[in-house]
Amino acid sequence: MHRDLKILVVELDQSKALEIIDALNDGGWHDVTVIGSADALESTLTQQDPDIILIDLANPDRDTLEHLSLVSNARTRPVAMFVDQTDALMTQAAISAGLSAYVVNGLRKDRIKPVLETAIARFRMIAKMQSELDAAKQALLDRKTIDRAKGLLMRAREIPEEEAYNLLRKTAMDQGRKVIDVAAALVTAAELLQ
Amino acid sequence: MNTTRIHCGYLPLVDCAPLIIAKELSFAAQEGIDLTLAKQPSWSALRDMLAFGEIEFAHILSPMPVAMSLGLGGMPSHIDALMVLSVNGTVIGVSAELDRKMRDTGWRNSFCDPQSTSTALFEAAPRRLRIGVPFPFSMHRMLLETWLSQSPIDPDQVEIVTVPPPQMAQAVRNGALDMFCVGEPWGSVAVQQSNAILVLPGSSIWEFAPEKVLGARRDWVTQNPSRCHAMIRAVYKAAHWLDQPENIPLAVEILARSQHLDLPDHAIDPALTQQIVTKLEERPMHADRFLGFHKGAANFPWRSQAAWIADVLAGWHDLDRDHARSAARDCFRTDIYREALTLIGVDMPGASEKVEGSMSVPTAVASSKGEMILGPDRFFNGAVFDFGGSKQPK
Repeated sequence: MHRDLKILVVELDQSKALEIIDALNDGGWHDVTVIGSADALESTLTQQDPDIILIDLANPDRDTLEHLSLVSNARTRPVAMFVDQTDALMTQAAISAGLSAYVVNGLRKDRIKPVLETAIARFRMIAKMQSELDAAKQALLDRKTIDRAKGLLMRAREIPEEEAYNLLRKTAMDQGRKVIDVAAALVTAAELLQ
Repeated sequence: MNTTRIHCGYLPLVDCAPLIIAKELSFAAQEGIDLTLAKQPSWSALRDMLAFGEIEFAHILSPMPVAMSLGLGGMPSHIDALMVLSVNGTVIGVSAELDRKMRDTGWRNSFCDPQSTSTALFEAAPRRLRIGVPFPFSMHRMLLETWLSQSPIDPDQVEIVTVPPPQMAQAVRNGALDMFCVGEPWGSVAVQQSNAILVLPGSSIWEFAPEKVLGARRDWVTQNPSRCHAMIRAVYKAAHWLDQPENIPLAVEILARSQHLDLPDHAIDPALTQQIVTKLEERPMHADRFLGFHKGAANFPWRSQAAWIADVLAGWHDLDRDHARSAARDCFRTDIYREALTLIGVDMPGASEKVEGSMSVPTAVASSKGEMILGPDRFFNGAVFDFGGSKQPK
């Protein structure tokens, strides 16, 4: 199988970009370039002349890429993969994984497919890791805020920790809000009053 | 009443307000719609979500349904515009350096004079003028080109590039852009963060430019007429609420508090109050009809507006003009809009097309209840567009 494709990855997050390069290298593609933003997109396209561009579906730089695909006299003209909807399964898989691809210079479909399959698999894995990481970070932040709110209540009302937490929880339930929202409001109010 | 869950995609801009108000003030719920708003990071992403059926409705740029239906851009698909969500609301700004050079020519920023501004721009412009717009198929780009095509600036000197609105301020600051046209709050953000100077509101180029429309897939529209009617009614009522001056303070509050927009009060304020700070540390300038949601039959999807958009697209992409106009007219669904709102007694215009650019003052026109006032809708250069289409309701 031909593995001599030139692949351009647009991705700001360095660790994510490295993951994608790793996956492509493992798959046998070695000519992979990464750029962080669309600032340099136009010149990179001209210099590198990639065959395929991979970009996160949610990346706002996609709009810039769309614009370049309309510049009629450009030698390299990226075309969104979605235009070719003959392979609906692949398209759906790419969308649910959060990946969009642009094909340059009318590359043949059988050469695109393995690149996409590899990228889709890695995008899925990254998305899963990312959401777990975000959830963990958020949980940690929330716990800090709740601890601070508990501390404020314990000092102000001279009550033990458990009672402070119960008070937060009861207030949240009475107002139909989340414990973290009540805690955050209390912390903000305390900061204002200081 | 049974409620139906409806997904509507949007980009976080001040002009998505009718959708947020429809949800937050329960106009949607009153029509039996459980409205779920889905924020998107880019117009491309929003377009793909709509075309692939992940969402039923979308807050899209008015040229997008026409471009998609003509097969232009990444994702050809038959998309209809069921109503106009907002008119005007864009601003044109320049970098601090370009502003200084323009002032050196004797120009003073009145924030309402396209002619003198383009003359100053012509004298002051660098060899190559890089201008940012949010998307290739946008009213922003169409207004810019309409304006600059009348100026002595050589078209080859102008390069229009796409920059995502949240990045516009930074692109001005680091010198990647000399100029931009963008929707609020991003113009005000560029002033605050990058010392940019706002030189014109979009409304000074065309006083009544359809900015965002409510888009839906044509096959879905055909299969779900009653859902379309309900959604149009809900958004229509929200737009009507938004255009009452006494509601503005509450509207700012709701929009700022809503998690949908995620923008602070001071970013939402200028567009709704029409008080625009054009330069740091200067008093705000008043811009009449800066952003409209309802007055002057703003929500009516005039087929002549579609034809105007089609003409521009045909020029850009060398398409057959008659074909483009006819496809565009079919996208702007005055028929569905009339069906949805006639039932609740809304005044409807007698025609579905008007002569674009012909009204210099508010003008009474023939309508079902005889109460309709349209305009003004002038172009800065006095251009008038009569597309000669059927003036009868359709």
